[in-house]
Amino acid sequence: MAKYLLLKHYRGAPAAVNDVPMDQWTPEEISAHVQYMNDFAARLEGTGEFVDAQALAPEGRWVRYDGEGRPPVTDGPFAETKDLIAGWMVIDVDSYERAVELAGELSAAPGAGGKPIHEWLEVRPFLTAPPTITE
Amino acid sequence: MDEALLRSLTPSVLGILVRRGADFAAAEDAVQDALVEAVRVWPADPPRDPKGWLVTVAWRRFLDATRADAARRRREDLVDEEPAPGPAPAVDDTLQLYFLCAHPSLTPSSAVALTLRAVGGLTTRQIAQAYLVPEATMAQRISRAKRTVSGVRFDQPGDVATVLRVLYLVFNEGYSGDVDLAAEAIRLTRQLAAAIDHPEVAGLLALMLLHHARRATRTAPDGSLVPLAEQDRGRWDTASIAEGVEILQAALARDRLGEFQAQAAIAALHADAPTAEETDWVQIVEWYDELVRLTDSPVVRLNRAVAVGEADGPRAGLAALAALDDSLPRHAAVAAYLHERDGDLATAARLYAEAARKAPNLAERDHLTRQAARLNARRCR
Repeated sequence: MAKYLLLKHYRGAPAAVNDVPMDQWTPEEISAHVQYMNDFAARLEGTGEFVDAQALAPEGRWVRYDGEGRPPVTDGPFAETKDLIAGWMVIDVDSYERAVELAGELSAAPGAGGKPIHEWLEVRPFLTAPPTITE
Repeated sequence: MDEALLRSLTPSVLGILVRRGADFAAAEDAVQDALVEAVRVWPADPPRDPKGWLVTVAWRRFLDATRADAARRRREDLVDEEPAPGPAPAVDDTLQLYFLCAHPSLTPSSAVALTLRAVGGLTTRQIAQAYLVPEATMAQRISRAKRTVSGVRFDQPGDVATVLRVLYLVFNEGYSGDVDLAAEAIRLTRQLAAAIDHPEVAGLLALMLLHHARRATRTAPDGSLVPLAEQDRGRWDTASIAEGVEILQAALARDRLGEFQAQAAIAALHADAPTAEETDWVQIVEWYDELVRLTDSPVVRLNRAVAVGEADGPRAGLAALAALDDSLPRHAAVAAYLHERDGDLATAARLYAEAARKAPNLAERDHLTRQAARLNARRCR
């Protein structure tokens, strides 16, 4: 039992095989893609492995503390930021191999021409609670 | 209301329903319904015979569900065979339920979830909270698990070792939530020990009790880890230690050693030392040798290297470590500790930092980072 984050990038991941921006797909291809993602999440719920899925807006702001009694400083968005997170899915699975298998399936979501995008997804393990028996 | 009593009755009530002919999945749902009903009704109106009450209510729920089902499918042959309500039969199927819920066809996470619900009497919501997953996900995990074991014959003997692995997982890999999973694992292992006379069941129970006894001292109020050597031994739970040691000694006397007994023996030697300095490391190394013989596990060899470092000095520990694959989890942490003991603070600090980057949990990472920082600060002075 371990949780993994399947991380999807707007920018910063290696180029996908079927690398066509979404606004150049047909509406049907977009619908098919959305359907695939929904079905995937529903299937994981059915196998008892789904934890969470979220999508993020591409534009964000940088915020930092600016000293006692002063409002936080905001800056950006910076168009040049290299790594941009698009969203994620959190899964709870029995093994690392299973996490990789599921990430592979998610990466097969259809894109332009109805063909799999072969998008690179980042698989990151959660830091867990410490085990009771260590020594 | 006595929730512990209520939950302890879960497996035998479920066993009775299955023995009366209910299929496991439906019977399990009916028992859950009866537990919920008991929580509602018992505080104001406690039954004289709690088990009989649960059996009656659960059986009624089972029949209601089956009738509804049968009506849907126009099939009503099963429901007419209602047995007369009466005293619960003497035979106890608790052990069979443990076997079923830990059946080898289940994945570890499914076996854990099913055991906590069908044997432990926890609700799906409680189990979901304990493992930090949505309730819908846990509900599916449990119903899939029930489907997986639906064809398993209830009366065939199972393997105790698979049950022990599931209980060990519940004890060792719980998150913290409303439900105290470590305490629940101890309760379930105690119940198993009452149902079957087996030295490894006793060994696991002893191991859990000995570790649980130190629990309050394992973390500081801020949540940071306190290593064994620095724990306040005055706050260890001596009653729990005494019980663990007694159970272990009775098990060892039967001369059928297994890995849980050997692990418990190591825990007992730690518990027995009035100070960290008085720990009998020579005996601990001997028990690790037994464990290596029993399990041939690289993780055990890694722990053995630590014990060798204490018994025969850090150089000997490093020599034992040199034979092991350095990709093992916690290898860098062990190497860092042994190098520090050996006086090589620069190497130790570097290895602590490396170990922190590889740590599988936050508390351990913070602890290792602090160790690296402590050595770096000392070296700079």
